[in-house]
Amino acid sequence: MHDKSLLHWEDVEIGKPNTYGAYEVTKAEIFEYATVYDPQPHHIDEEAAKKSLVGGLCASGWHTCAMFMRVLYDGVLKNAASLGASGIDEVRWMKPVRPGHILSAKSVCTSKRLMNSRPGVGICQMKHEIYNQHGEMVMTMENAQFLGVRDPDAARASAAEAAR
Amino acid sequence: MSNYFEDLDIGRHTVLGAHIFTTEDIKTFAAKYDPQPFHMDEEAAKASLMGALCASGWHTAARYIGFNIRNRQKLEAEIRARGEEVAIWGPSPGFRDVKWPRPVFVDDTITYSQTIADKVDLKSRPERGLLVQHGEGHNQKGELVYQVTGQILVPRREKWTPPVG
Repeated sequence: MHDKSLLHWEDVEIGKPNTYGAYEVTKAEIFEYATVYDPQPHHIDEEAAKKSLVGGLCASGWHTCAMFMRVLYDGVLKNAASLGASGIDEVRWMKPVRPGHILSAKSVCTSKRLMNSRPGVGICQMKHEIYNQHGEMVMTMENAQFLGVRDPDAARASAAEAAR
Repeated sequence: MSNYFEDLDIGRHTVLGAHIFTTEDIKTFAAKYDPQPFHMDEEAAKASLMGALCASGWHTAARYIGFNIRNRQKLEAEIRARGEEVAIWGPSPGFRDVKWPRPVFVDDTITYSQTIADKVDLKSRPERGLLVQHGEGHNQKGELVYQVTGQILVPRREKWTPPVG
């Protein structure tokens, strides 16, 4: 199904952090996203944002999720046998994401398993931390990523061996 | 209906609105934020787990937020029009339990709704309470395609005093 040279489920090492990404957040993009999807004053109006709880223009938290998705795609999924994800366990917004921020990510797989119902599908439970260029953590995300299994029979046999 | 923490009833259900996910809409969002083949290319999508071109989950989620915010702003305008004081909600610490149980395919109409699930008193923020809302999106066949548990701080009329003992 996927090119065997791509990152597959077998290639993911539990506990090994992967850092990647440099996504520049612009004022124009904050406005563009928020105008359509999250038109709160602190995302679309600089003057109103100054007087708001967040003290200045910042990106929608959902926009930060979308930007992280792009960082994840460019940094990992573009070269992976990605099969998508069926959900997100939790996202925390720690600090406002401002115009001029450059977002990067640090991801670690905390556990992995094979999907019982679909032989070619593996699941990696991921913890992602998203930082700005000052090293401040702006968001965390936990979710299960589906990846293709390069050799389902061998993977199943070795999982059975490990469980013994 | 005012919008302070005390005014909000657990169980209140609101239908927010519906959106049709066109091919153009799906590909435009995906090109910017989530260009995985099953969101960008019909042929590649056919060969994928999804079975056909489908929207990024972040796109499905973004449309929910759009409806959620516009509904909140409509209620605020109604309160203002009655000459009453509007409670300014926020911030949100984040969300949890997002599920995309089924893909959103081309030309699916997704109807979004939300229900007030819980109200949490906060010792650390006695002037605000944490409002927990369950959001959902269903396609035209009535199948669940999106769910989320959102959280937001909402001002209280009266500062909360924790019960003694």
